Amino acid sequence: MDALVEVTGLTKRYGDTLAVDGVDLTVLPGEVYGFLGPNGAGKTTTLRILTGLIAPTSGEVRVLGGMPGQSGVLGRTGSMIESPAFYPYLSGLDNLRLLAEYAAVPRRKIDEVLDLVDLTDRARDRFSTYSLGMKQRLGVAAALLKDPELVILDEPTNGLDPAGMRDMRRLIRELGSGGRTVLLSSHLLGEVQQICDRVGIIAAGRMVAEHNVEDLRAEQELVVRATPRDRAQSVLAGFGAVHRYDDTLRVQVDPRRAAEVNRVLVEAGIEVSELRSTERALEDVFFELTTEEKADVG
Amino acid sequence: MSGSYRAEVLKLRKRSAVWVLFGAGLVLSLIFGYLLPYLGYVTGDENPQTDGVPRSEILRGMLPERVMDNTIGGYPVFAGALALVLGAIVVGGEYTWGTLKTILTQRPGRGAVLASQFLGLATMIAVWVLGIFAACAACSVGVAAAENTAMDWPGLTAVLEGLAGGWLVLMTWCLAGAVLAVAFRNVALPIGLGVVWILGVETLLAGVVSSLLPDLEFLSDALPGANAGALVFSVTGMVAADAPPGVRDAVGGGRALLTLLGYCAIFALLAAWTTRRRDVT
Repeated sequence: MDALVEVTGLTKRYGDTLAVDGVDLTVLPGEVYGFLGPNGAGKTTTLRILTGLIAPTSGEVRVLGGMPGQSGVLGRTGSMIESPAFYPYLSGLDNLRLLAEYAAVPRRKIDEVLDLVDLTDRARDRFSTYSLGMKQRLGVAAALLKDPELVILDEPTNGLDPAGMRDMRRLIRELGSGGRTVLLSSHLLGEVQQICDRVGIIAAGRMVAEHNVEDLRAEQELVVRATPRDRAQSVLAGFGAVHRYDDTLRVQVDPRRAAEVNRVLVEAGIEVSELRSTERALEDVFFELTTEEKADVG
Repeated sequence: MSGSYRAEVLKLRKRSAVWVLFGAGLVLSLIFGYLLPYLGYVTGDENPQTDGVPRSEILRGMLPERVMDNTIGGYPVFAGALALVLGAIVVGGEYTWGTLKTILTQRPGRGAVLASQFLGLATMIAVWVLGIFAACAACSVGVAAAENTAMDWPGLTAVLEGLAGGWLVLMTWCLAGAVLAVAFRNVALPIGLGVVWILGVETLLAGVVSSLLPDLEFLSDALPGANAGALVFSVTGMVAADAPPGVRDAVGGGRALLTLLGYCAIFALLAAWTTRRRDVT
């Protein structure tokens, strides 16, 4: 299956600052790909490169088989980069009209996308009077105007209220299930977990992991509640990495070794009140990966 | 390209600031071309502003035969400043609102987007010129009718030359505003710098050069304002004594025309080069 987005060794440097450092990224047709990372990790810079807004310092980038920013590629890509930017003195409808003129899109598409993002009733109001949620929805409508094969959305739920976030996520999921390929960036783990098929995690400009969401979550560990906890932690360290989590310890070890873990703890005079296996939350994986990256960089 | 052009025209047509600037240019043209001279004319010898100028001369300046003087006489300075503001707000607004990234992620390339913007501005400047011409023509007809004098119009060629010359003057300043906006990715700074240049620096430089450094006059004669004034002077055929501020025969009409065309080309190429090379952040 040919990738719609192929990025190899992408680097972007601003003076002494390395914003993106050797990122590799592959987005396959029909998937919803989550580009996850903390603020300032390099997500928006990467997406700007993919849309041709900025030029990479080095590395190879192919989007829909062409170079980013080429007319043919832009015509098949819909995007919303950072906050949605429109002409404040024009109505939402007029903003879409002029984008339709730029993109050579028939005007009937405007009504379609306005309906899709539920903005038909406010379409004739000035953009400057829109709430943040309406602005985001208009941004998505603009991204869909060209009926694109690839949709690139940068933090699409930013600033939305819970209902708006839910609607936006449902819309993105629908786009993905409708055969479109979606690449979205987010710093919200739950969001990525809910709507993405695959995820790339970026931290400090470097890609630290690229997996199926389920694979990342499927890594299991043992949750241990024991006293005294400090002694238990040092004993458990012999099995694998141990993290404190509230009043429990989490050990990265194959859950099939639970009996052995229990025996060793008891033999060491430690009282074990809970021992169970658990699936790791994406949040844990994310923090683990991004913390390791920070430590490496530091 | 035609779609991009239509989009630019839509943006300009619906932007109130564009019409406010046009309105300011129109009102200033009518005030200085007709209202103040007419007040001077009717108050006659009691008006110190028109002391020594025959009333018949004041009247003649408002009649249809001099309509081109009043239409484009103010272009090198105050209307030029308004055109510069137009270029700066239209192009600079794309940076301050962040809309440049929105339009550059549609289908057309950067060169096509910028070319469409300039074509849209050229169209709007033409609307300004025609609008001011129509208003001045209407006023001159009104004055001629009120004073019961003959309505002698300039020849068609003179009108077309005047309109084209006026359009080129305004377009030069408009592109200057646009290239400053691209350079600074902003609206306020280009307007500030440009207006100070048009209204102050050029006049000051010309004054210093002519009084203290006459050997450097060739430099001040190469400035856009000097050539704008010279082109207007040439196409209207006005006499030096009647010329409004900024209009003088610093250089010949042909040279002024070529110099302004050169400035337009340089401004457009600089804007295109910068836009194509620079990251849109």
